[in-house]
Parts: sequence; C-alpha cells; structure tokens
Amino acid sequence: MREGKERMIMQTASMTALELGRKIRQREISAAEAVEASLAQIEAAEPSLNCFVTVDGEGARAKAEKIQKAIDDGTLTGPLAGVPVGIKDNMCTEGLLTTCSSKILYNFKPTYTAEAVLNLERAGAIIVGKTNMDEFAMGSTTETSAFGVTRNPWNTEHVPGGSSGGSCAAVAAGEVPYALGSDTGGSIRQPSSFCGVTGLKPTYGTVSRYGLIAYGSSLDQIGPIAKDVSDCAAILETIASYDRKDSTSVKRTDCDFTSALVDDVKGLKIGIPSDYLAAGLDEEVKTAILKAADVLKSKGAQVEEFDLSLVEYAIPAYYVIASAEASSNLSRFDGVKYGYRAEQYEGLHSMYKRSRSEGFGEEVKRRIMLGSFVLSSGYYDAYYLKALRTKALIKQAFDRAFEKYDVILGPAAPTTAPKLGESLADPIKMYLGDIYTISVNLAGLPGMTVPCGMDSKGLPVGVQLIGDCFQEKKIIRAAYAYEQGRGPWELPAAMRFARAAGGGEKDGPKTSAGQTGGNETNCAGKADEHVSAAAGKGGI
Amino acid sequence: MANIISDETMEYVGILAKLELSDEQKEQAKKDMARMLDYIDMLNELDTSGVEPMSHVFPVNNVFREDEVTNGDERETILKNAPAKKDGSFMVPKTVE
Repeated sequence: MREGKERMIMQTASMTALELGRKIRQREISAAEAVEASLAQIEAAEPSLNCFVTVDGEGARAKAEKIQKAIDDGTLTGPLAGVPVGIKDNMCTEGLLTTCSSKILYNFKPTYTAEAVLNLERAGAIIVGKTNMDEFAMGSTTETSAFGVTRNPWNTEHVPGGSSGGSCAAVAAGEVPYALGSDTGGSIRQPSSFCGVTGLKPTYGTVSRYGLIAYGSSLDQIGPIAKDVSDCAAILETIASYDRKDSTSVKRTDCDFTSALVDDVKGLKIGIPSDYLAAGLDEEVKTAILKAADVLKSKGAQVEEFDLSLVEYAIPAYYVIASAEASSNLSRFDGVKYGYRAEQYEGLHSMYKRSRSEGFGEEVKRRIMLGSFVLSSGYYDAYYLKALRTKALIKQAFDRAFEKYDVILGPAAPTTAPKLGESLADPIKMYLGDIYTISVNLAGLPGMTVPCGMDSKGLPVGVQLIGDCFQEKKIIRAAYAYEQGRGPWELPAAMRFARAAGGGEKDGPKTSAGQTGGNETNCAGKADEHVSAAAGKGGI
Repeated sequence: MANIISDETMEYVGILAKLELSDEQKEQAKKDMARMLDYIDMLNELDTSGVEPMSHVFPVNNVFREDEVTNGDERETILKNAPAKKDGSFMVPKTVE
C-alpha cells in the first residue's frame, strides 16, 4: 500500500497537467489518487515553501469522487478532467477562503466563483488550495503577503518572485501540476522566470476578470502557470471565454490555442529590443536569453535586434495608472459588508479609516496614497493624463514593432530571483525590476515566459516571448518550437519533495544541495547597477 | 529632491484614501511619495502634445441591454460575510444624530 502511494507521488510530481489528465482518462490513475498525491506533496513541501494560504483537502477529496463519476459515465472527457489545480488567492471561490493575502480579507468566503475558475471546474479541474501572493498582487516577491513569505523551491533563501509567487512555486515544487495566476505588470511572467516554470499572460480581455479581485482593472489578466507550453495552451483554451459580466471581455473565435503547438518557426520574424539587453541586465541572464534566441534561429526563425524605444518610460507610467486604479478599486474595503472591521472606532468615518489602516499592509497603503494623489484635482492632468498619453505612445511603439516582427523576444526580469529581504527596503529599486514585463500590460499584449537556462547560483532564467494583440498562437508556436529545441526541463525540487512525501526522506531539505553559500553578492550588486543605470536616464 | 509633500497635502491624501496614519507613518509616506513623484517626473521628458490619453487599448463602446432582473433574492447570501448585521441589514455605527 505504502509502496504504491510512494510510486504514485513520484510519478505525479513530475507529470504535466496533460500527462496526468491522460492517465486519468485511461484509468491508470484515479482522480482521487491524483488528489492524494498532490496533498501528500503539499504536506511535504509546505513547511519549507509556504506556497498556499489555504489547502482544501476535504473539498478536493469530495470533488474527486464526483469528478471520477462524471469521467466514468462519459460526461467529462476533457484533457484537464480530474487534474488538481492551485488558484491564486485573488480569485473568488465560492465558500472557500479568498484573502488576496491581506488581513483585510482574512475571513472572506466568497458567495460566488470567478468565471475563469468556473470554466476550469466545468472542465473537471479539482481545486486543492489557494496560493499565496503579494498582498492584492502589489509586489514582485510574494513578501508583502500578510500570511508569510513564499520561498523559491530552487533555493529557499531566495524569493519566488511575484505577485503570483505561490502559484509558480507550487508548480515548481510539484505540489500541483498547474495553477492560475494573474498578471497586472508581470505577475505571471516574472515569477515563472524565477521558479523555472512556464507562464502565459493572455491578450487583455481574453479571460474574464469577473471574480478576480481587482487591482488595476485596465491591466489585470488571468493566465495559466504550468510545467510546459502544451499545458499552458490547453489551460488557456479552457479558461478563455466571452463574459457579459466583464465589460471589457472580448468575443474571440480563435481560442483553439492548442492548434498552435507546432514545431516549426521557419520564416518567423523575431525581434529583440536592444534596450532589453542594455545596462541593468545581468550578464548570465543575457547569455541565457541569447542562447534561446539562437535555438530559434537554428530552427529557421529570422532573429534581429531593433530599437523599441520608450522602454524606461513604461515603469513610471505604469505606477501612476496602476496606483490610480488601485486607489479606486480598493475603496470598497471599508469594513462594512465583508472582511476586517477595526475593534475600536468613534463613528462611521473612524471605522472606515481604522479598518483600512489596520487591514492593509505598507505597500498597499503606499499605492493607494499615490493613486489618490495622482487622481486629485490639480494633479490629475499632470500625472494621470500624462501617464495615459505615455501609454498611447508605448502602444504605438509596439504597433510599429509588430509591423516588422511576429514575436518580440527578451528577458522577463533583469536578474534571477533575489534573496529574501533584499527587495522591499527600496520600492523604486523593486519597481525597476518590472522593466521588461510592464509595457506588455500597458499595451494589452500577450506574453509568455519559458525556462531557458540557469545562472551560476543554480537559479533558473526564463525567456519572454511577446506577441501582438490576439496573436497568442504565434508566441505559443515559437515557445513550443523553442521548447522542443531546448530539450527536457527538470524540476529538481518536485522530485526532492516527492521523495520526502513518499517517506524516502524524513524532511524536505531546507535548501537544494550545492546551491547555497558562495556567490551571494552577485544579485544585490547587479540590482544596484540597474538602479544607477535607470537613474542616469530618469534622474532619480 | 524636486518634490516636497507638505503636511496639508498629506492630510488631504489621507482623507481621499481613507487612511489614518501615525505621525511617524506620515513622515515616511511624505518621503516615499516625494521620491516616487521625482521618479515619475521622468515622463515630462516626453513630448505628449497632441497625443490622446489612452484609457483602453481596444476601442470600447457602451453596450446596452434590457434592464431585466435575472437574479433572485440574495439577501442571506449577501449578508454572509457581514462583520455585523441586524434585521437582515448590515450594521454600522450611528451616522445621524
């Protein structure tokens, strides 16, 4: 019995969602066994990683029984039926705690489920838990969570990135075969790069935002995080839908994303923005990115550098727009209808203010205040409208680029994952780390990160592929072809925790062997360089 | 540092943001915001005259529909997460004397 379970955990921890789904359809593994394996892996990994805010073992087990019946009677035939999934804790799940990793929602059990999650459930997905994140998705490290930091499975002294750090780390650790994340300024693509997993942010409007707790509504998109490109395509195909309940939902008829899983990039035109390779980019990251470009070139793609322009202006424009929208969106948290209410107050306004001041963390308050300021009369034109005009220019720059190129290739972040505690002390420095991802959100484009190498510290690097609006298929094709050329990508943490979960090791090791110590100054040094490079242009 | 946030501005932002800060937090917030605005001022290098502010990436038009009720009485559901409730309503501190 025990040996069987051990084998099962070892098997499932390394499987992609589609592989697991296939085994479930072929009755080699039951939905219940898949859930048990996931829960065992979670139990082994969570003490060292903290990827989840909530694990719902009971709910998942009950659901597995129902799903298995539906598979057995032929009602559920899809590729994700019976496969466990982790959902970022900013997507509403009926009856299941949804906190946005904030004290202000510490007890919030939604009375409805987000449309994207419903789409997954209709396809037979089994939610095993809600993943940790930066509070209200504001952050790049998953350190601003009110429920503790999440650690990077490749080396637990490092952050997993953010804000979808819990989702990415959970996939990298084999706790779930796939997860949903959300991306407002890079929150799927950057942590995917830091955790060595594959993540996709769709074109704005492709996946319904109904039930996604809003941060920057004009930028937010839900997307898949998984072990490979095929999974991402299949998951996106499942969650994409037109939804009347989301006023910016787009009616698309081209959501057969798996049809783009073709190993052929002959003649595909790929541009690398020269600015993306300029000062501030870690040399090891640059080497890995250019090697990925070479793989695509060797398969027949035309790759060249070009001048995208305006790259550094995306960050200030983004922080004005995102903070403005956040200040408006987060005004709903007032301690009246749900969530945290302060215990001591004098009158209604004092109750609002105290509930919010005690309920929100520092980074969230910082952005609410900045947002309130840039929207206030007297500053609205100078800051908010100026940022929207900059956004228009950035969109035009991408439009020009996509007249010449099918896909834009670059890094997802200037460095590999920084150490815990290195980022939060200096917010602007942290914001600068978003330089390669943020403009994609401003322009509404689809973007994807695929693992492409390692640095000398043993931390993964991801290559980012960006497409024009509605051109997911082009980046999926390029990503798939690259993946075939790159070869298999191992997730050592997943196997390590599986051995621990199966009883082979008593405890999940705190850090992966041979990856700690030495070479520790590298990261901080590079980050400093990056700030001074940007300061030269922008004048901090 | 070009931008200096005055106490009055900070007070006003606190009112707009519905946040209550200690004196120490206010000082920190003033510094943080000034530094962020200095950084954001980089946008002034760009000539945006004649550029329309872009709020949506795609052309978005208002979509009309018939005003028909599609949901039922959800009072119980809606009150489920209320921090305080009374007689089927949310309970808040007294607002009128």
